[in-house]
This record gives sequence, structure tokens and C-alpha cells, in this order.
Amino acid sequence: MTTEIIRTQRPEPGDTPVGPRRAIRAIRVDDRFNLLGAAGAAIAIATLLFGWITPLSGVVGWAIIALLAFIGVYAVLVGLSADRIEVMDRVMTVLFATAGTVLFSALIFVVAFTLTRGQEALPHLTFFFETMQVTGPLDPLTQGGIFHAVVGTLIQIGIALAVTIPLGITTALFLNEVGGRFARFVRTISDAMTALPSIVAGLFVYSAIILLITHQRSGFAAAMAISVMMLPIIIRASDVVLRLVPGNLREAAYALGSSRWKTVWTVVLPTARSGLVTAVILGTARGIGETSPVLLTSGITSSLNLNPFSGPMISLPLQVFDFVKSPEPNMIARGFGTAAVLLLVVITLFSIARVIGGRGPGILSDRQQRATRDASIRDIQRITISNDRRLRGTAPAHPKEDTP
Amino acid sequence: MSSMPLATEPDQIRRSLLSRPSRSDTTFRVVARAAGVTTVGIMLAVGVFLAARAGDALVVAGPGFLFETEWSPETQVFGIAAVLFGTVSIAVIAMAVAVPLALGTSLLISEVLGGRLRGLLISLVDLMAAVPSVVFGLWGVFFLQAAVIPVSAWISTYFGWIPVFAVTDGSGDRLTEASAFTSSAFIAGIVVGLMIVPTQTSVMREAFSQAPVGEREAAFALGSTRWGMIRSVVLPFGRGGIIGGTMLGLGRALGETIAIYMIISPIFTINWQVLKSGSNSVSALIALRYGEASAFGLSALMAAGLVLFLITLVINFTASSIVSRSRSGAESQ
Repeated sequence: MTTEIIRTQRPEPGDTPVGPRRAIRAIRVDDRFNLLGAAGAAIAIATLLFGWITPLSGVVGWAIIALLAFIGVYAVLVGLSADRIEVMDRVMTVLFATAGTVLFSALIFVVAFTLTRGQEALPHLTFFFETMQVTGPLDPLTQGGIFHAVVGTLIQIGIALAVTIPLGITTALFLNEVGGRFARFVRTISDAMTALPSIVAGLFVYSAIILLITHQRSGFAAAMAISVMMLPIIIRASDVVLRLVPGNLREAAYALGSSRWKTVWTVVLPTARSGLVTAVILGTARGIGETSPVLLTSGITSSLNLNPFSGPMISLPLQVFDFVKSPEPNMIARGFGTAAVLLLVVITLFSIARVIGGRGPGILSDRQQRATRDASIRDIQRITISNDRRLRGTAPAHPKEDTP
Repeated sequence: MSSMPLATEPDQIRRSLLSRPSRSDTTFRVVARAAGVTTVGIMLAVGVFLAARAGDALVVAGPGFLFETEWSPETQVFGIAAVLFGTVSIAVIAMAVAVPLALGTSLLISEVLGGRLRGLLISLVDLMAAVPSVVFGLWGVFFLQAAVIPVSAWISTYFGWIPVFAVTDGSGDRLTEASAFTSSAFIAGIVVGLMIVPTQTSVMREAFSQAPVGEREAAFALGSTRWGMIRSVVLPFGRGGIIGGTMLGLGRALGETIAIYMIISPIFTINWQVLKSGSNSVSALIALRYGEASAFGLSALMAAGLVLFLITLVINFTASSIVSRSRSGAESQ
């Protein structure tokens, strides 16, 4: 027997005419002229001041003077044709845009500066596959690399994730799904711990684990220091994500007779999955870049160490720090190369997090939507067929129950 | 029919409405609670351990710990006055750089821009919050230092009559050579300021974007300009977000280590001249001295770390309570 599936349909729009959309954010021609004129005047004034009048030098100083002149000239130009209130509005808008431009250009410049200076060391393949064991500060860039630091970072962050993911997400579940007075206490404490300065976390691991138990710096100690830093970040981010899971989904699960654990496992966690992945990736990005706790706990080495429990094990940020302490230009170039690698890793992790976590909980991608639709069609067919059977009296006496 | 017997049977024992949790439920609860206990255990261990180990040094130093500038635990003369002053001065400069930038940028994102550009900038701000501090430190040492020295020199020349901007040597003579302006609290403050802008911006933008549409439209309907609307609706509404974001950034600025450590040249005197070479911070002190420290020296460093932790803790708690008590934060809790 075929089953007819009725889906919700949008009504036809009919013949109602739809007018053209009006532009409500128009920029007038004289606005544009004001901006251009003010910019030109500002550049001229700044160059004039720097060339002839005052003993100023440097790019930063020029930019500051040009900026101040721009705002002043722009205010005067707008004031020619508008009243005080409008001038204020325009000037404030320009100030906001200025703040944004300054901030973003500074931040992009930080990233671009690192990547550009890193170009000297990055093209050499040996940079990725050799260690610094036999390479001295004066050796050319074709020798030596950061393989040991990459491996060290992977091992340390791996251990830290193995500790923080289960512990962090289970704690976040405890805060949200179990609750109670103790859960509020846990939340307060973990919020407080986000304030822990990273160097203090390092100092704690140094004196509690290294001095008292292991008596040597190791990758494991560094991983513990990173875990102490990452745990509150992951708990907080997962807590926020779990809080966003709609209450009616939970209630629907309870109404269907599901137990608390079944609700968490089949409703809450799948709904929050993308958000939880994002939380973990963001925590990882923060953990990978931490330098100061690692500085105290992992020790500095120039050779590959695969054993996290014995001997020093360097990681990428610490390697950057160690390279640029040297006055040799080749070592500094290596430092920038390492920083560029670190930065690219963080940016990649962040982009992955954006792609996965860009959607809210329960909002699915096209492919997921198709899969869900197919699943629900199958369900409807199954239910209809078994219903038909039952009506015909051929239903099994004890229908197979869907238990775990 | 056979539907009658139920009604004729005597009343059965009333069914208990209390459900007994299934085994999987009990396990889940126990495991979740264990995770919570472990987390609290780790966190409390950090705090208790710090306090316990810091005790030795604090007992020896007494209240003078807060007022002594020297740091030589070997001779029992040590205190955090100089490093704490350095930490605070760097944080104040960072705030002066960061707060206007964060305020302007968050208003730009939430009020002026729209559509795809807004989404892009929000992602960019979040990405920048994840850039490692060692990268900022590199930039500060290898680029900003050289670029800012002329500005420092100019400020000290024309505003030297304000004591904090003066750059003088021991006898009070004005210094003008470039080496007097390197590795200063000013440069470290600018770098730390840039590092904390993303944190502040995202908190402020979050608060501003929740300003009710009805009130915004009411302001426009009364003939207000965009700035008028921002001043009368968005800023009052987001006041909690502004204060909270600023303080969260302040907490990060106080705890920042590696960028400051790379830039400053450490000194152990109180240096009011922020443009002049030489400053210090609690976290840089720990990074500098932990390796050579004896057991007692380590205890002294722990005490310094504990003071820093307590300060950031107070700032963070104040910030989060301000954010959650404000109008903009009330709904997000």
C-alpha cells in the first residue's frame, strides 16, 4: 500500500504587485565631497607639518596628525550646510568609523607583519621536518626547523584535550541538566577561574607537580598547565551553548517517557553538537597560543622528544619566544616563521569553528535537513505500515520495543 | 462486554507518583556530579595551594610586602610595590588605548554597519581575541617600538611639564636620545591595549545589539539623529555592557605576561615616567625569577601571584555582576 505524505505548503502569492525596494541608506553627493575634501586637506596638513613646521617624524605620528586634521576639517565642512545637531551626528559617525578602521588595520597589520617576516624561513621545507638539534644560531635557514616544536605542541594539546573535553563538557552538563545548589557553586568557581592569570597557572603546576612529584620539566606538566587554563574556557562556552537548547525539546523528550540520561544523550547533546564543537575548538585555539604557563613547565630543548613524561618538550609559542631571544638575524627569522605557523594554525582552527558553529543549535545545513526529512519520511511509512497491519489483525503480539 | 470488571474491583493501592530513577539515570547523575566535584577540586586546589605556599613568605614580609619595592627574598627584603605599580600603569595605558577603540568599534558594528560587512567584522573581532600573545609581543618589539619612539619623544618634549610625561635622568635633566624611550611602559601598554580590544568590543557589541527596537524607533520618530538615538537609547541601555567589558579587559591586561616580558626592561623602582625606558609587572617578575628561586623565593613569587590573582578575581566578579544586573544583561542570564 502506498502512503500519501502531506507536507506544509506555502500559499501562492497571487497577482499582488510587489513594488521596487526603496533604498533607505542613501549617501548624498555632497556627503561624499565632504569626506573626500576633508581627507585631502588632512593629508596635506599632516605632510606640511611633518615636512616643515614641527620636529615630528615617524609614520605613527603622521597618521595621528592626519586623523585629527581629518576630523576637524570634516566637522567644518559639514558645518557649512548643516546645524549643530547634524554636525555632531556626522562627526560621531566618522569617529566610530575611525575607531573601527584603526582597530582593524592595526590587528590585520599584526597578522600580516608576522606572516611577511615569516616568509624568509617558511619556503624551506626543512623548516617543517628538521629539529634544531645540530643547528647553531649562525647556520643558514636551509638548516634546522621546528619539527620538534610542532610535535611537542600536538602532544601537549592532545593531552590537554583528553583531560578537558570529557571533564569540561560533563561539568557543563552537570550545571545545566542536573542543577541544584552545588551546581551553582561549581559555576561560580569556574567563572572565577577564568580570571586566573596564565602565569599563575604555570607557577601552580611548577611548584605543585614539578617540584613535588616529577622533579623535572616535562610535556605532561605543560599539558596540565594548559588544561588548568582551558578548562574554565571550555566549561563556560559549553554552558552557554547548552543553555541555548530549547526547553520545549527537553520537555517533548520527557513527555515521550524518556529518562533523563536518554534525553541528554539523544536530544540535548545532538542539538548542541555544533556549538560544543565550536567551544572545544575555541578553547584549543586559546590553549595552543598560551606561552607563559608553558614557559615555566615544559622546559626548552632543541631536539625531538616523544615522551611527555620525561625530559623537556618545547612547543610552538615557546619556540617563538626562544628564537627571538637570540640577536642573530637567522634566529629571529626562524622565530617569525614559527610565529607564522602558530598563527596559521590558530586561524585555521578558528575558521573550522566558524563553519561548524556558525549556526545556532538545532539549525541544520542543507544536507542535514535532507537527511532529517528522509528519516521522517521513513518513520511515517513505518508507522503507517505497522498501523495497517495492526488494523488487519496481523500485528505481532509484542511489538518490538525500541530500547537501548 | 468486558469493560466492566475494572469498575467493580476494589480500590487498588494508590500508585506512587515518585519515579525511581533508572540505573542509567543514576549513573549519569553520579558521573556528572563527579565531574563537577573534580572541576571544583582542581580549581580550589590552585587557590588553596597558592595561598598555602604564599603563607611562608607573607609571614616573613608582613604588611611591608605591599610597600617594599626591592625584590630580593634571599636577604628577606622583598615586596611588590614596584611591580604592582608597573602592572597598574601598563594596564591604565592599555585602558586609555583600548576603551575608545572598543567603544567606537562596537558602536560602528552594531549601529552603523549592516548586512554582510557586519558579520565579517564580528568574526574578525572574535578571531583577533584568539591571536596568541607572543605574536603581539613580536610585533611590539620588532615594529611598534621603532615607530612609537618619535611619538614618545614628541610627547615628552611638548608635554614634559606634566610629570608623568617627562623623561629625565637622575639629576632632572631632560633626555632626548632614542634609547631613553625604548622598552617603556607606554609601548607595553599600547600592545596590551590592542590585545584586549577584541574582548571588550565583543562584550560591548553584545550589549548594544540588545537595545530594544521599539525604543530606537521611538527616538527616530521624535526626530532624533543617529547619534541622538545612540546617546539617548543605546548607551544608557548598554551601560552595564560598557562597564563590564571594560573591566573584563582590565582583568586580562593585569594578567598579561609574555608580551610585557618581551617588551619592557625590568626595573625594581617605581617609575612615574611612563615614556621612559624601564617598567615591570607582577607576571613578568614571576617569569623572570621563577627559575633561580629557592623554596622561599618561590613562596615569595607565589605571594605575588596570589595578590595578582585576587585583584583579577575581584575585577572579574565585579564585572560579571555589573553585566548581569544591568538591563542589557538581564535577559542573557
